Amino acid sequence: MKFLSEFRDGRLAKGVVSQIHRRSETPARFMEFCGGHTVTIFRYGIRQILPATIEMLSGPGCPVCVTANADLDKAIALAQTPGVIVTTFGDMLKVPGSDLSLQEVKAEGADVRMVYSTMDAVHIAEENPSKRVVFLGIGFETTAPTVAASILHAEEKHLKNYYVLSVHKLCPPVIKALLDSGEVNLDGLICPGHVSAVIGSRAWDFIARDYAIPCVVSGFEPLDVLQCVDMLVTQVEEGNSKVEIAYRRGVRPEGFPEALRLMHEVFEACPAQWRGMGTIPDSGLKLRSTYQHFDAEYAFDIDPGPTREPQGCICGDILRGVKTPLDCRLFDNGCTPEDPVGPCMVSSEGSCATYYLYGRNSGR
Amino acid sequence: MCLAIPALIKSIENEEADVDMGGITRRISLRLTPQAKVGDYVIVHTGYAINILDQHEARETLKLFDQLAKAAEEER
Amino acid sequence: MADRILLAHGSGGKLAHDLVQEMFVDVLGNPILAKLDDAAVFTASGRLAFTTDSYVVTPIFFPGGDIGKLAVCGTVNDLAMSGARPLYLSLSFIIEEGFPQKDLEKIVNSVKEATDEAGAMIVTGDTKVVDQGSVDKLYINTAGVGAVAPGLNISGSNAQPGDKVLLSGPIGDHGIAVMSKREGFSFSTKLESDCAPLNDMVADMLAASSNIHCLRDPTRGGLATTLNELAKQSEIKIIIEEERLPVHDEVLAACEMLGFDPLYVANEGKLVAVVAAPDAERVLNTMRKTRYGKEAVILGEVVEGDSGRVVMKTHLGATRIVDMLVGDLLPRIC
Repeated sequence: MKFLSEFRDGRLAKGVVSQIHRRSETPARFMEFCGGHTVTIFRYGIRQILPATIEMLSGPGCPVCVTANADLDKAIALAQTPGVIVTTFGDMLKVPGSDLSLQEVKAEGADVRMVYSTMDAVHIAEENPSKRVVFLGIGFETTAPTVAASILHAEEKHLKNYYVLSVHKLCPPVIKALLDSGEVNLDGLICPGHVSAVIGSRAWDFIARDYAIPCVVSGFEPLDVLQCVDMLVTQVEEGNSKVEIAYRRGVRPEGFPEALRLMHEVFEACPAQWRGMGTIPDSGLKLRSTYQHFDAEYAFDIDPGPTREPQGCICGDILRGVKTPLDCRLFDNGCTPEDPVGPCMVSSEGSCATYYLYGRNSGR
Repeated sequence: MCLAIPALIKSIENEEADVDMGGITRRISLRLTPQAKVGDYVIVHTGYAINILDQHEARETLKLFDQLAKAAEEER
Repeated sequence: MADRILLAHGSGGKLAHDLVQEMFVDVLGNPILAKLDDAAVFTASGRLAFTTDSYVVTPIFFPGGDIGKLAVCGTVNDLAMSGARPLYLSLSFIIEEGFPQKDLEKIVNSVKEATDEAGAMIVTGDTKVVDQGSVDKLYINTAGVGAVAPGLNISGSNAQPGDKVLLSGPIGDHGIAVMSKREGFSFSTKLESDCAPLNDMVADMLAASSNIHCLRDPTRGGLATTLNELAKQSEIKIIIEEERLPVHDEVLAACEMLGFDPLYVANEGKLVAVVAAPDAERVLNTMRKTRYGKEAVILGEVVEGDSGRVVMKTHLGATRIVDMLVGDLLPRIC
């Protein structure tokens, strides 16, 4: 695939890896915020080929994993409401809420449909005028603009039966909260590539400036991640802390204005609950009052019942980077991808699922 | 996170485009990238183009990797 | 005949009898089936292989095939993976009331084509029609009997350290072709299912070497799951190389779009063979001369240590574990 396969080339990787080995002398701990980066790192065995001076840590950038049970319970309650079709990305289907997952509720007869795009959800609303179609809006700043676009589209079509349950989240506030907690000491941050494509690399300036942590925006192919690590290592060795873009084909300092504009037109920041990190101010998105008629929170009287957190699950600690899946007593011992207790084991980019699939018994 | 892949725009109709992603084709929305043209590569996430890929930068990055690879090969 | 299948078509009366005669017997045409006795009676001697399977694929018509072709190929291939020559199959339908007769005709014609190609016969069958909503359009159940040559011992537990692991061609075609027609996925591709009967290729392979230790077709769960099954059964470790893995561009693209790993996508016309090292090249060349094995490769090998484990050397030269598929393959946005 053009502009994809070339960035997986083994021969080219050797060159970057050589350079990393040559340059890296100071022990350094880098965090990849984004679940997609975690998958790339494990899938290609990147930890194995990096020098021992570098320690990699996975962060909370998995929108599925950080969705709180209370929020998922709302979606499940909506699915159990007569006359409602809940549409969702595949990622959320198997995540257990306090009692059930969307997939289990579907098996009990609820109308839950998986969609690849919000465009599909809007079509379902058009084709089912007597039903109310709710789209479960998960994802960060990459996804929120697409959901905003779907709302504007629904507005233009005068659709009266399309709603969004927004549990969208914003990345910079949670990274700030993580750094403020003092729980993790980082020497570098691998910044999310597609979130940055939308919000721009300047969104990370505050990290370099206020926390003196080098930041490099990375793409998702193995060569991208290696290049990013190389740039972080260079900053560490030179004693720098600035924001750089490794993913130059996809990211600009100012981001992509139109996507941002649409996102801000439909959504505004609000406090949001992050699994394992509690409520973080201005870290979520809710629909503005002008678009309230599309807001599932307003249109429905949602009663999800009491929230229960799964016993023994340390997803929260894992998301904050203070524990690894191997530290969890439930890991592969009651909690598996087939029978998950917490979301980190369900999401294909959750740390636990990644460790389970690629790293069990491999030590690193 | 944010699975998004490069796609080549083959044709545009209003705010939608037919794109080619390595042999499979799909209709996507250009609502977030109204300035995209036929022949552009866009980055597609959940059926929307969220960005226009900078082909020049892509080639420059690959050139850089190639230089590093050659240097590493010469060392051996 | 009515243009839709009715409950009466499954109830054993005149309508049912006519359906069986015109739709099945006349099309599938063989003397054993034509007798329409309660059981098919035939002579077979020596060791026999016996298999059964049910087919519930959605959609029932997909690029490159349909549920009928799938049912025959799936059964024939199960027999072939034990080294058996397929002989006789049973074919049972469970049909939803209101199913279009034209579609049933198409499916039965596909069955005929597939059995002709495989050299097998449908000798007995059954038809049930159920209320609307009880099944999703149409399900098929089959059983198959095949003949196993004397002395042949092919089993998932026979792999030995030093053996080579061969793959008959590109992976993921079936799963992606089927998915492209499912609601919620919607993409266009020229890709077709690889659904095919592999018994002729297996026969040629067995003629070329008596040191083929294992044969298995990587259907649901993909190549990764099959390799893991072999590794566990034989209590050995398998190493494969990502650089050697054949994948069509369209499969790669669809997997990238949806967030899948091709190693887990279903195939219906591929096989994995574990062969003693000295015979590997010969078997490979034999496969490449057959209709369905033109792109066969030596993908990896069996090694000592870490029993039950499958690892892959990635494009980057590092190794990572390849596990079985857990749960379903679900698309993701993250």
